[in-house]
Amino acid sequence: MTRMKVEEKAKQKMEMSGALMLVEALKAEKVEVIFGYPGGAVLPLYDQLYRSGVFHVLTRHEQGAIHAAEGYARISGKPGVVIATSGPGATNIVTGLTDAMMDSLPLVVFTGQVATSVIGSDAFQEADVVGITMPITKHNYQVRDISELPKIIKEAFHIATTGRPGPVLIDIPKDITTAKGEFDYEQEVHLPGYQPTTQPNHLQIRRLVEAVSQSKRPVILAGAGVLHANASNELRQYAEQQNIPVVHTLLGLGGFPADHPLFLGMAGMHGTYTANMALYECDLLINIGARFDDRVTGNLKYFAPKATVAHIDIDPAEIGKNVPTKIPIVSDAKAALQELIHQQGKPADTSAWLRQLNEWKQRFPLYYEEDGQTIKPQKLVEMIYELTNGEAIITTDVGQHQMWAAQYYKFNKPHRWVTSGGLGTMGFGLPAAIGAQLAERNATVVSIVGDGGFQMTFQELSVIQELQLPIKVVIVNNQALGMVRQWQELFYEKRYSHSLIPNQPDFVKLAEAYNVPGFRAKTEAEAMEVLKKAFAIDGPVLLDFHVKADENVYPMVAPGKGLHEMVGVKACGELSQ
Amino acid sequence: MRRIITMTVNNRPGVLNRITGLFTKRHYNIESITVGHTEIEGISRMTFVVNVEDERIAEQIIKQLNKQIDVLKVNDITDQAIVARELALVKVSVTPALRQEIYALIEPFRASIVDVSKDSLVIQVTGESEKVEALIELLRPYGIKEVARTGTTAFTRGSQKTAATHKTAFII
Repeated sequence: MTRMKVEEKAKQKMEMSGALMLVEALKAEKVEVIFGYPGGAVLPLYDQLYRSGVFHVLTRHEQGAIHAAEGYARISGKPGVVIATSGPGATNIVTGLTDAMMDSLPLVVFTGQVATSVIGSDAFQEADVVGITMPITKHNYQVRDISELPKIIKEAFHIATTGRPGPVLIDIPKDITTAKGEFDYEQEVHLPGYQPTTQPNHLQIRRLVEAVSQSKRPVILAGAGVLHANASNELRQYAEQQNIPVVHTLLGLGGFPADHPLFLGMAGMHGTYTANMALYECDLLINIGARFDDRVTGNLKYFAPKATVAHIDIDPAEIGKNVPTKIPIVSDAKAALQELIHQQGKPADTSAWLRQLNEWKQRFPLYYEEDGQTIKPQKLVEMIYELTNGEAIITTDVGQHQMWAAQYYKFNKPHRWVTSGGLGTMGFGLPAAIGAQLAERNATVVSIVGDGGFQMTFQELSVIQELQLPIKVVIVNNQALGMVRQWQELFYEKRYSHSLIPNQPDFVKLAEAYNVPGFRAKTEAEAMEVLKKAFAIDGPVLLDFHVKADENVYPMVAPGKGLHEMVGVKACGELSQ
Repeated sequence: MRRIITMTVNNRPGVLNRITGLFTKRHYNIESITVGHTEIEGISRMTFVVNVEDERIAEQIIKQLNKQIDVLKVNDITDQAIVARELALVKVSVTPALRQEIYALIEPFRASIVDVSKDSLVIQVTGESEKVEALIELLRPYGIKEVARTGTTAFTRGSQKTAATHKTAFII
């Protein structure tokens, strides 16, 4: 053993405080950045961080910290690490935990807890964090003995990042952070109850190969599982090899190049006509890493009614959960696609099918009316696409702007799209942009947000300014909670109950209050001008774009309807009903 | 359809909460749960009896349970050759004059009297749920004061004569 190794080993066996153990464990896990907010129960930990050299980002709210960690995880593929204090600190991260759980993002979250001696006594800033977060984490722990701490941290990183990724929470009582114990981080993770299947079953792959060769109208529905598995190249290779068209879920965007001839667009509630009709008319549906969310399937009664369904997913519980599945393949998307490429059966004769799809693509493209004056949000997204050469990382909140961004920014590369899909969290976009920018320092990060969601987490402008992160915050300001307003217009006879906000604050002045340059645009010409100005600035910028409140997101599949029952589809210049 | 699901789990605080929380979230109604130690230290066995609409839901329950880190093994043993037992304590209002009648009544059930007072008896019965149910129904006319049932605990028999006809809960 070399001297260095001996010293390293000795350090690992050293007796140290729980707080120092945690810092050493973070270093051992090569954690580059942590997002957090201090408080009484985590003071010993913050005291150790003070001297540690670990890069810590102080967000202005714990919700900001966990969304930033999600953005970091989405772009880097590494686990996002969060620290929050006990009680309110911990309860403030509940939304982010649920969001990460729904969108399968790897997070390791440390919460402080009151001392073990007073747990259960309703002590100051005590909350049953383990109980609260049990259904919204992949796994959680409460450390009750200092000797368990290294093992638990090791397990947490392992669980968060393997199999179907997800958030893992470790609740650490304050006295555990000050207690001393032996730090041995060289342990093997031994979890007999957790053995994710990553390699596909060859016989099931063979069944899929045969189904493809017999199919006339196959389609691939690709979800975020493709991105988690870094399987974009394999997806492209397989689709090209077999000549199978591809549609994406909202979260899967970027897994397959948007400008590829085999790409049909996003599917679901606001998906393209071609993508949705492909799902309706296909005879073989190959789902790769998507969980058949109701926003994608529409009414299940009419979902892929003519298709044999194959589903590749690393989580066996997703297979058959919502849609009966004929060919189930439990596997990592990359491993399954590699095996499919390798087995390479007789390709399907999809020529007639592709002709039909291309005809639909030509006849029913995404559509909006331009007037050359007011800023069309769709046009705004197209302008951003143009000015960033399609290379930017886009983060969003939830709502109309999110759908326009998904529809009109063509994601040709993976890991450029950060959005809250499963939970639909307002206020997600801005803090997520912080994490995304820290994951890729040189990337252009644009956070497209609504005027409603922005006001839920805008305090994080302070972080952007402090760290001089060159994030461009684009507010699509329609002075309304846009998607709520759209639903009220369509389904509640225009009774706009508490969805219109005509007296929004002056967002430019707000930006200036945070020492962030701000610009406003009300016309299409002004929009291009301020966008150019913003991208020329090497630092954060806030842009307030005033758009019309009555602009709706189309096409749309109304709740309870099938994907083939879309409205707002342009057919030869006419809008279908 | 009634399913009997057994599983082995790590004996740690919160594991039962984790499992029952999962059932609650997905609206699966639990008929009974029993938990106890196994022959291995630190490992407990749980037996659940659940009533579900169809096989698809039973399959989903098992898959969700399998996802839990502290769950080591899950089996739907409903269609296998199993030993399933339940214990019940039944307090019945009985005057001294009726005691002999009760003794005679419970004898075929191999139940026993575990407590006697001047106006009541406590009867202990073990067996499959249907047997326990049958005895309780027989005792009901005498006036049942209290019933405490443990719920079913079960595992598979050593030899599975009907193995060829077993249905598996998994489609994979």
